[in-house]
Amino acid sequence: MKPAPFEYFAPDSLKEALDLMSQYAGEAKILAGGQSLVPAMNFRVVQPTQLIDLNRISTLSYIQEDNHSIRVGAMTRERQLEFDSSIARRVPLLYEAVPYIAHPQIRNRGTIGGSLVNADPAAELPVLMFALEARLKAQSKSGERWVNARDFFVGMFTTALEPDEILVEVELPVDSSRTGWSFMEVAPRAGDYALMGVAALVTLDANGKCERAKLVYLNAGEGPVETPEAEKLLMGQILSDELVEAAASSASEKEMNPFGNIHTSPEFQKHLAHVLTRKALKQANQRAEGLLQ
Amino acid sequence: MTQSIPITVMVNEKEYRREVEPRMLLSDFLRHELGLTGTHVGCEHGVCGACTILFEGESVRSCLMFAVQANGYNITTVEGLAPPSSSPHLLEDGGREGGLHPLQQSFWEAHGLQCGYCTPGILMTLIPFLKQNPDPTEDEIRHALSGNLCRCTGYQHIVDAVKLAAEKMKQS
Repeated sequence: MKPAPFEYFAPDSLKEALDLMSQYAGEAKILAGGQSLVPAMNFRVVQPTQLIDLNRISTLSYIQEDNHSIRVGAMTRERQLEFDSSIARRVPLLYEAVPYIAHPQIRNRGTIGGSLVNADPAAELPVLMFALEARLKAQSKSGERWVNARDFFVGMFTTALEPDEILVEVELPVDSSRTGWSFMEVAPRAGDYALMGVAALVTLDANGKCERAKLVYLNAGEGPVETPEAEKLLMGQILSDELVEAAASSASEKEMNPFGNIHTSPEFQKHLAHVLTRKALKQANQRAEGLLQ
Repeated sequence: MTQSIPITVMVNEKEYRREVEPRMLLSDFLRHELGLTGTHVGCEHGVCGACTILFEGESVRSCLMFAVQANGYNITTVEGLAPPSSSPHLLEDGGREGGLHPLQQSFWEAHGLQCGYCTPGILMTLIPFLKQNPDPTEDEIRHALSGNLCRCTGYQHIVDAVKLAAEKMKQS
């Protein structure tokens, strides 16, 4: 249970980090919060030859608010998200979900960028970024580009980042005032990996009909899983109990293939998805109605 | 080639200088390099919470950090709760108070530990928790403890100890 040897770099600037990434592309690993990488290194599942620690680059840790978005530096700790007033006011889905991420001790170190790049299908932040339609800024020595969250997660523990790129910023769009939200998950114990979880957003028009619905699931497949058929059922409709039930059936029975694990069978995960979808849609709808008044 | 990196770390308000290999975990550094064996090592992958310490005042898993990352930072371990000079030799009847931190004293009085393996990590989790939440409900206490495994107590006496500590710490 000790990591294999590696060469360690702790650059003070992003430029220096990008130079190192360019030099050691494909061999080096970025150390962000280390809450997933260090366990993997302790198990020797991951044995990077170079480790580039971003923790000394203070310019990568910030939460900045403007009219249309909130920009979050990749090295911002999950604990900072949890207590940030601009996120509480303007991205309530994220605010509600962050306390579900592991334990306070983990959130004190874990970063938004680290969790996104790790791309664990059971993690909360990838699902939340997907649901919120966040944009992610990737930078390398040769330039920068923006990637939509939905294009960023390409598979299990796999992202669209090139070997020499570093995720440096997350841009969260600030949603309309008529969008209700809900995040729910079921875990054997608070802070454990969830067996199933869902992020739901419901936007209502002035007449209380669903203008837009978003459902994204964690631990339901190889990455964040969306259920477009269920969303389509809700469009232009008042969210009646029957309709919510139909959406929950579509999402859980037709649109996902959870793998199961030592704690749960795929059937039980689907059952949880059904129940959580029903509850989350109702809560999101109720909150949207509250905002209409 | 093995890299060796000089670091300076403040642990329990005392400065230590050492040279470390980058792969040395902070938990091993505290135990093997500094001899501070109060920090326990359980699972070494962030699940059990036994190695929890304060890093710049916040609870973290010391098995999920490298010692080099602590260069220039402040750490508190369980040894820092009650300085050794103020710890009287504990009598069998438990009669002498004053040498323990109120949180430790409460664990003793409420029988909040049996084998004691998880205790340092639990104490270091609770210090910032009680600072942020001096009057916690039982639910909040159980939630705060969710990242620390105890295989002896069934947690009930730990919860009792935290309630007692909250009272003691309010008074002091």
